[in-house]
Amino acid sequence: MIAKNIQLDEQGRLKHFLSIEGFKRQHLVNILDAAEPFANVHEQAVKKVPLLRGKTIVNLFFEASTRTRTTFELAAKRLSADILNININTSATSKGESLLDMLHNLEAMHCDMFIVRHNQSGAAHLIAQHVSPHTSVINAGDGCHSHPTQAMLDMFTIRQHKKQFADLRVVIVGDILHSRVARSQIHALTTLGVSEVRVVGPKTLIPTQIETLGVHVYHDLQLALVDADVVIMLRLQKERMQGALLPSENEYYSQYGLTEKKLKLAKPDAIVMHPGPINRGVEIASSIADGPQSVILEQVTNGIAIRMAVMSQTLGRSSDRSAEPARTGGQQ
Amino acid sequence: MSDITQLTAAISANSPAISIINGRLIDPANQIDKQINIHLQHGKIIALGDPPKNFTAQHIIDASHQIICPGLIDLRFRLREPSYETKGSIASETRAAVAGGVTALCCPPDTMPVIDNAAMVKLIRLKAETEGLAKVYTLSALTQQLQGEKLSEMRELKNAGCVGTTNALKAVKSTLVMRRALEYAASHDITVFIQAFDPWLSDGCAHEGAVSTRLGLAGIPVSAETIAIARDLQLIELTGAKAHFCHLSSAKAVQLIQQAQNDGLPITADVTAHHLHLTEMDIGFFDSNCHVLPPLRTQRDQDALRHGVKSGVISSIVSDHQPHSSDAKLAPFAETSAGISGVETLLPLALKMIEAQGMSISDVIARLTQQPAKILNLSEGTLSVGADADVCIFDPEAWWVVDRKKLLSRGKNTPFHGWELKGKVTYTIKSGEIVFATETHAN
Repeated sequence: MIAKNIQLDEQGRLKHFLSIEGFKRQHLVNILDAAEPFANVHEQAVKKVPLLRGKTIVNLFFEASTRTRTTFELAAKRLSADILNININTSATSKGESLLDMLHNLEAMHCDMFIVRHNQSGAAHLIAQHVSPHTSVINAGDGCHSHPTQAMLDMFTIRQHKKQFADLRVVIVGDILHSRVARSQIHALTTLGVSEVRVVGPKTLIPTQIETLGVHVYHDLQLALVDADVVIMLRLQKERMQGALLPSENEYYSQYGLTEKKLKLAKPDAIVMHPGPINRGVEIASSIADGPQSVILEQVTNGIAIRMAVMSQTLGRSSDRSAEPARTGGQQ
Repeated sequence: MSDITQLTAAISANSPAISIINGRLIDPANQIDKQINIHLQHGKIIALGDPPKNFTAQHIIDASHQIICPGLIDLRFRLREPSYETKGSIASETRAAVAGGVTALCCPPDTMPVIDNAAMVKLIRLKAETEGLAKVYTLSALTQQLQGEKLSEMRELKNAGCVGTTNALKAVKSTLVMRRALEYAASHDITVFIQAFDPWLSDGCAHEGAVSTRLGLAGIPVSAETIAIARDLQLIELTGAKAHFCHLSSAKAVQLIQQAQNDGLPITADVTAHHLHLTEMDIGFFDSNCHVLPPLRTQRDQDALRHGVKSGVISSIVSDHQPHSSDAKLAPFAETSAGISGVETLLPLALKMIEAQGMSISDVIARLTQQPAKILNLSEGTLSVGADADVCIFDPEAWWVVDRKKLLSRGKNTPFHGWELKGKVTYTIKSGEIVFATETHAN
């Protein structure tokens, strides 16, 4: 049985943003187009636009994050929404309050949107299935599953530099197994129709049957980099040295770290991306991270525009709710 | 033990005289499949065909267009009592069992406290006798507290009524302990039930494959199952123990079992009804009702399991009934409890094998009655004259839609909600007592 795509409402408009999977190319292009005007908001003297005035957005982070949480917060503020940051470390949920109990408590405070980060795959889907009908959910990263706004800001950045997706050869390097960013990027890149996606890493960090997502698998970075247009480096978590996934940081860097010498194998105008935070000298040489081919800081800036686009598309949709029949009960 | 046996005898002696007429009687153990009447009295089957002289039926059940078969025997069933009564109790879950046509069930020892002493066995059997509607058999813990270190008193436990022994969902990591346990069980002719998985490769929640990769879920590879089966088969050969492998999930597992059976090892195997009808794809977007152990695997695996059932390599189909409270399934997928509330869909799902695999209805019924009885070494699972009057009557053509809210089990955790299934139990009789009747038939 094919599950229905809960990310779209009955009119086919964006309701939740949980994973790239399930969207058609036009949906993704619409989001990228919608982000264009927001990309310039920061250049204006007054950075705010009044699109979401009166809306309440909750940043619900069950897992630590600086960049993602901050860019969501800034995006919400620039759209004139009220935003509440709730950081829940795992010890708080272990007091016995379940994820959904906590959610229902917050819903009782009349919020319009939850931005959720959780260390378990599927958490955002679970929440989206249990919120009241007018509430939207944006996935800010769930376990190893999905991080769709990160993938979209990466696509936005690629489009700024490369214009056309069709001819691109994109290389994703590192810990694909644990990476929600890589999974979302793969879905986004294949949906937007790039010519080839290559994933690179040792077998210990490449999940089984990743080929079924439409990528080619490489274990040798130098082979994979040949003629690449875009090189995406993934963060390597230190804890991967435990559990026999990797022998050492040194060996990892010598095999899969991006150095200037290796980067020369890619096309001369190739761009280098990284979702951050960077481990300099573990997955990428400092000279590249700070070098002319790096677009890492642009990614951060674009993160705000993409998140503004996604928020305004989902919540802007419900602003015409006045046209819908009023809900009964009056408790909401 | 004797006090419980006496209690059972006293209760069934008072059971009414029942005649079941006009039905198609299928008893695989005696190779009967024909329209014939059957008569019950004092908790026993007393005649097939014409009633004995001086027999006056207090109840006559008209089973026209229905099938009369032995009460089903479910090899793996969690009652949740003692200790997890929010999920289920002996009363609630045996009620669900008889609604599914199951008259005897076998519960593993991973209750709390663990069934590793005779007092626990007696407690459960006594509670089942007084509060339960189905016969409850227990497996003893293979090792003390299921910790995989010291052997349990499995002979004492057998004397107390255990019909086999198992370490359930706790792997016996030490090959040496497993060897000793098999040797000891073999000395006392006790069947060892093995749910085979390598604990180091099983730190996941879904089949390691395309779906786990897509959803970012930690995977359990097929080799987690085959490594453990291969190890235990070697030890079975070494020790001469009798063993039963529970819940095969992969094509390769079926192959290993078949090979070992061909080599003459005394082993049997079962499969759950849900593994015959679901695959990893059914997880969709994190449907926690499809979170089961062993995990649902690929279409190829499902095909092989079905073939295994048809060929007899897998000789019984079980529900692996695991009721959960709704909270246990309302969490991110990996954090939910594994298991399905399965007993009420066991029969219709098994019957689907007739169309799916071209099995005869008699063979399907054998996988639910005669074969599990043989594995447990029970006298049930047949409609022979003199046997306990455990009978299931069902309408093989009745369609019904599974509605989780209507399940009698305390656990509403079924992935089959909304499925249209064929085959509905109309009466269940345990030891001569009508313990279940559908509303349309009860009067």
